[in-house]
Amino acid sequence: METPVYPAHNYLTNGHGLKSWLLTKDHKRIAILYLISISAFFFLGGLFAVGIRLELTTPQGDLFQPDTYNKFFTLHGVIMVFFFLIPSVPAVLGNFLIPPMIGAKDLAFPRINLLSWYIYVVGGIFTLFAIVAGGVDTGWTFYTPYSAASSSTNVVPTALGVFISGFSSILTGLNFIVTIHRMRAPGLHWFKLPLFVWAHYATSLIQVLGTPVVAITIVMVFAERAFGFGIFDPQRGGDPVLFQHLFWFYSHPAVYIMILPALGVISEIVSTFSRKRIFGYSFVAFSSLAIAVFGFIVWAHHMFVAGITVYAAMVFSFLSFSVAIPSAVKVFNWSATLHRGSLSFEAPMLYVYGFFGLFLIGGLTGLFLATLGTDIHLHDTYFVVAHFHYIMVGGAIMGYLGGVHFWWPKMIGRMYSEFWSRISAILVFVGFNLTFFPQFVLGYMGMPRRYHMYPDEFQVLNVLSSGGAAVLGLGYLLPVIYLLYSLKYGEVAGNNPWGASGLEWRTQSPPLTENFLEVPTDIPEAYEYTPKVVREAKLV
Amino acid sequence: MSSGHSGVHVSPLSTYLSIFAALMVLSAITVGAAFVNLGAFNPIVALAIAGVKATLVILFFMHVKYSSRLTKLTVVLSLFFVAILFAETLMDYATRGWLNYTPMGQ
Repeated sequence: METPVYPAHNYLTNGHGLKSWLLTKDHKRIAILYLISISAFFFLGGLFAVGIRLELTTPQGDLFQPDTYNKFFTLHGVIMVFFFLIPSVPAVLGNFLIPPMIGAKDLAFPRINLLSWYIYVVGGIFTLFAIVAGGVDTGWTFYTPYSAASSSTNVVPTALGVFISGFSSILTGLNFIVTIHRMRAPGLHWFKLPLFVWAHYATSLIQVLGTPVVAITIVMVFAERAFGFGIFDPQRGGDPVLFQHLFWFYSHPAVYIMILPALGVISEIVSTFSRKRIFGYSFVAFSSLAIAVFGFIVWAHHMFVAGITVYAAMVFSFLSFSVAIPSAVKVFNWSATLHRGSLSFEAPMLYVYGFFGLFLIGGLTGLFLATLGTDIHLHDTYFVVAHFHYIMVGGAIMGYLGGVHFWWPKMIGRMYSEFWSRISAILVFVGFNLTFFPQFVLGYMGMPRRYHMYPDEFQVLNVLSSGGAAVLGLGYLLPVIYLLYSLKYGEVAGNNPWGASGLEWRTQSPPLTENFLEVPTDIPEAYEYTPKVVREAKLV
Repeated sequence: MSSGHSGVHVSPLSTYLSIFAALMVLSAITVGAAFVNLGAFNPIVALAIAGVKATLVILFFMHVKYSSRLTKLTVVLSLFFVAILFAETLMDYATRGWLNYTPMGQ
């Protein structure tokens, strides 16, 4: 096989200087802008996590004042949820890959795409201002009545930051929906689409339908603080629990904004590295839509002890179990895809293997919390913290990192160190479990979340957790080094280093600004991994 | 037209003026209804009038009446999700007065 040559003309070389990036309408460059921005927020959010874990190494509150600790966990949550996890896979990988995956030259609305990045940045600046101005201490959930009436910290700028960044999310979702409907190459019907595209379609529906509700809710909190409206104040006929209903109507589906695109990534990687079509393609495709819809009807399982009636709680508990069905469909179908596949262990696939274990534990412990009786015991303990980190970090970030490693050769045109990337994947998996598994035990034993002091008997598990966080942090820092190194020194990747099917691998790496010189017409079935196709793909 | 999109419907000015007049009249009725004591029906009447106004805006000002079936489906789906928000939230509020009610966790 010929040694691949780095293409002289590509989207990275088409225009130089800061202006060519800040005014770009190319979806690939906008994806890179998002990659840089969300990475900065990820490490900022990570710094607050470092503070939390350092404080919890000892039972005494000897590092921070209680108020400072409150601000640390609030800012960790706000930054990680709204400025990293929600935009992560869609804004970076979705932005970059959906057009080439469907044989299009760009998204349907390139200017709106750039606008969404600017809106995200403005939202981020508001939140950064809140940090510099002294921080905010309400928790990322902004629960009333504390956020509306009592907190003297920077609730308004933080909430405004979240409000503004929500529009970025809506615009990205809208762009994807229109693009997937209107811009598919001729012959690329819905059941030939990669499952990554299906997952993003489902995610976009949530972004468009759910985000306005949290935006309105935030405006209500603002109105309450600024003008004393009394919407959430019982003394004036309001109800603080109403805030929780409205907040979780968005924020529970938001979990699926974070996880669904990652599930799409997993489908692509599993199929490529087992050289098989995804088992039960249409079931996996529809399970994404089912998760998106079911995600909207289960929100009050966050509120079982908040004062909702037992009758409503019973219905919400029952409905919450329904989400397990499409989630399990995906996991079983991926497992069936692996069965008798030609498996390999490159770095993207290592992240996927890790994802399987973590997502499974995260999903099953969710059932503990959906069950009324056990939730009374576990609510607001470290069990909940461990559960959602297994989903959001163990699921979403593992998927995101797997995806970044999988498509990095396509995005940049160069390979990274296989050795260090495998080390990083293993460190992340080990570090993650060491950090969060002890938190299940701590929660079960009764350690509440959001306190900076705890009884002495919890110290061993907390030290284990903090030690694991150090390993996890190292696992996250390593890719920054070897991926940056690969920008200049990595081996040239060629068009299709993994021998993957899918339209995005037909174009050069890095792609041309237009993705394809001619609109693809020879559309393959999704995941067409016959030996002939694999052999030919490797020869591209 | 089934696919919609390409054909842009141009409504006569009289349609817009009629809808505008209807919205003004309905606003006046809303204000008037607020001065009549209908008991529990006051908010229901106000919301019903608001619903009619929103429908007029969506159908005529937002051109949904002349749009593709996909656009219409999108609007109906959005309303469906709003209905979920209201119905499930009311599932809590409507059952608060039920017999032997004790808030969870107490």
